[in-house]
Amino acid sequence: MEISSFDKLLLKFKDPLSKPSRSWWMLMGSMLLLVAFGLVALVQQIVHGHIVTGMRDHVVWGVFIVNFIFFLGLGYSGAILASVFHLTRISWTKPLHRIPELFALMGLCIGPIFIFLCIGRLDRLHYIFTYARIQSPITWDVMAIMTNLIFIATYLYISHIRDFAKLRDTTILSLPDWKKKLYRKLSLGFTGKPEQIKALNSAQNILAVTIIFTAVLADSLLAWLFGMSLRPGWHSTLFAPEFIMVALYSGVALLIVLMWIYRRQYKLHDIITYRHFQVMGFALLLLCFGFAYFTFSEYITEWYNVSETHGRWMDKFLDFSEFGMMSLVTIFFGIILPIVILIIPRFRNPGSITLISVLVLIALWFKRYLIIVPTLETPYVPIQDLRPEYFNYQATWVEWALTLAGIGAGVILLMLFNFFAPVLPVADLEHDEEIVVPRPFYGTLK
Amino acid sequence: MEKNNNTPRRDFIKVSLAAACGSAVCSCKGTGQSQVPDAEETIQLLAPDGTLVEVLKSQITPLPDSELITGMAAREGIPGKKFVMVIDLAKCKNARNCVTACQKMHHQPEDKEWLQVKLMKDSEDAAPYWFPKTCYHCDNPPCVKVCPVDATFKRDDGLVLIDNDRCIGCKFCMAACPYSTRVFNWDEPDQPHEISMCHPSPETSVPSQVGTVDKCDFCPDMSRRGELPDCVTACPNGVFYFGDANEDAVTNGTETVRFKKLLEDRGGYRYLEELGTEPRVYYLPPVDRMFPFERGLDALSEETISLYDDMLKK
Repeated sequence: MEISSFDKLLLKFKDPLSKPSRSWWMLMGSMLLLVAFGLVALVQQIVHGHIVTGMRDHVVWGVFIVNFIFFLGLGYSGAILASVFHLTRISWTKPLHRIPELFALMGLCIGPIFIFLCIGRLDRLHYIFTYARIQSPITWDVMAIMTNLIFIATYLYISHIRDFAKLRDTTILSLPDWKKKLYRKLSLGFTGKPEQIKALNSAQNILAVTIIFTAVLADSLLAWLFGMSLRPGWHSTLFAPEFIMVALYSGVALLIVLMWIYRRQYKLHDIITYRHFQVMGFALLLLCFGFAYFTFSEYITEWYNVSETHGRWMDKFLDFSEFGMMSLVTIFFGIILPIVILIIPRFRNPGSITLISVLVLIALWFKRYLIIVPTLETPYVPIQDLRPEYFNYQATWVEWALTLAGIGAGVILLMLFNFFAPVLPVADLEHDEEIVVPRPFYGTLK
Repeated sequence: MEKNNNTPRRDFIKVSLAAACGSAVCSCKGTGQSQVPDAEETIQLLAPDGTLVEVLKSQITPLPDSELITGMAAREGIPGKKFVMVIDLAKCKNARNCVTACQKMHHQPEDKEWLQVKLMKDSEDAAPYWFPKTCYHCDNPPCVKVCPVDATFKRDDGLVLIDNDRCIGCKFCMAACPYSTRVFNWDEPDQPHEISMCHPSPETSVPSQVGTVDKCDFCPDMSRRGELPDCVTACPNGVFYFGDANEDAVTNGTETVRFKKLLEDRGGYRYLEELGTEPRVYYLPPVDRMFPFERGLDALSEETISLYDDMLKK
């Protein structure tokens, strides 16, 4: 029996769709261990109070809120990327459609966990609803996150329905019975009738347009959480657009990293091609310039003419005993290195572009740290305290353990998504006569 | 002023009548020490029409101590009042009695300072001065704006208070306050058992609860009894003037002055006015000082003094 090209495509996802391999289980196991380690830390924090963290009266938020912004940034940018990919209908982006959808939902699930970790009284968490106060930016953020979570989960499901139908109908994968049953339910009787396709398409169009607006608004809200405070370094009109720029930059970086991982894991070299990396590399470069522009604009205006408190704040970025090193790392990994690697053709290949993306992700985590901690360490009223930990924030093992647990939980979520559906929108790719690759900008195809 | 410093003064439930007698409030609002009245002893009282009347002590029944105000009542404020404070920087020598009195009153450990005395030096050539800092009870409070659950609120009498039973500990108010006024209970507060069992009230700010925010409350429970906050009475130099803007009167316990006149005569100002938070605390600039600022260093350890190095080097 001859295997059709579509079946060949499906077979690439046999592991973990029909039977996860040993390495899949090993990775899952180690991630679960990370989460368990985080739970130990969480118990410490609940039993002993927030004293076990490095947070104190001045730096009231630390690594937790940095992770919160980082993951939500990934979530919102994933949502925007997925929507833009869908709406623009550029044929070569098809293999990349699913990935941002997946990490959008991942970011929006993991991010809020970190805000819960900042709450001193988790036993009163429900007060956020029962005593909700609409004037508070936290209430706005709760609504924004929930709205986006619902929209993105729905979008992800709708975009999966055609794939679920394919998985229900296929015999090549020898899926377990319970999964077949599940796909039968989840595919909602989709058989590929024109009216079904039309309904799905319009639903997806409407959601995609809506999500662009809600995600931009929600990420801006996240920035306003800080921007609306009367604190040097936060009280800035630049904050919302900067947050969106940084989020999109990190989103494209994560997209490239996941492209590289999935390409290797499922042997998708002829579907996610060199050219895809090249084009996404250019997107990364563009966003890198945007990030550089925002960073420069932020610091130059604060530095040129500066008030007393702003001056104290600004000095910390130049002082190597404070945040000088971290600022330098952020600028080097986030701006200088990406420009050098991405702009010079001979340095540009999937491996280097992926490596740059990893460094960009690290730099952008530091960027969020530099947004939060220096400002909190620089109040208007000078800190005069006998306790050194009240001057400078130093994250403790509890915070690092929970950070690792968050990353672990994110990986687990992505792995679970892969366990239930392929990372490519297989139904969309079925009728492609040949693999569509992005048109070269210049030069030759490698 | 009579004080029962040995008993948990704010525990009205447990220490009911005995303590109530200690700061008995007569119907005329005068405070006095109540003893077993001698049948023949008389006392002079000021009648509402301004005349002095003499009555038998035995005919006076002390009013029960003011009730603990909790729940919604604590959110309304004392009718007709607009509390205000004036801090005279010319008189402060960092005696720190205000800090310790506040800690004693609110059962706070030594390192938790709801009221702080900072050393300030505005520029290289400017003279250093001591700067006591309470909560400013802003009329446009950034902390109240951001609270997601209405745990911190602004009252009609001008006070910004915290309902520790409501606070979820998100710390947004702490990040929002430009004056670093608020403190967090990072671990289980170290308080006597009978204090931690008290019924919490936004007016007493006692007991502290783990995972929630505390701050200076201007002691409205004492105002209800016609008494001054402890920082005011504890200060040996009369730095703190506390009073009511509606009455246009403030007092530091020894002298009572017109609030507006005091600001006018002494050039009263508010700290960081440009932030637009409209504080209810005014400062009188450190001119014609009662003490050289070095006097404030006398009682301090080397370690504490070293904290001021940066400020003095300016």
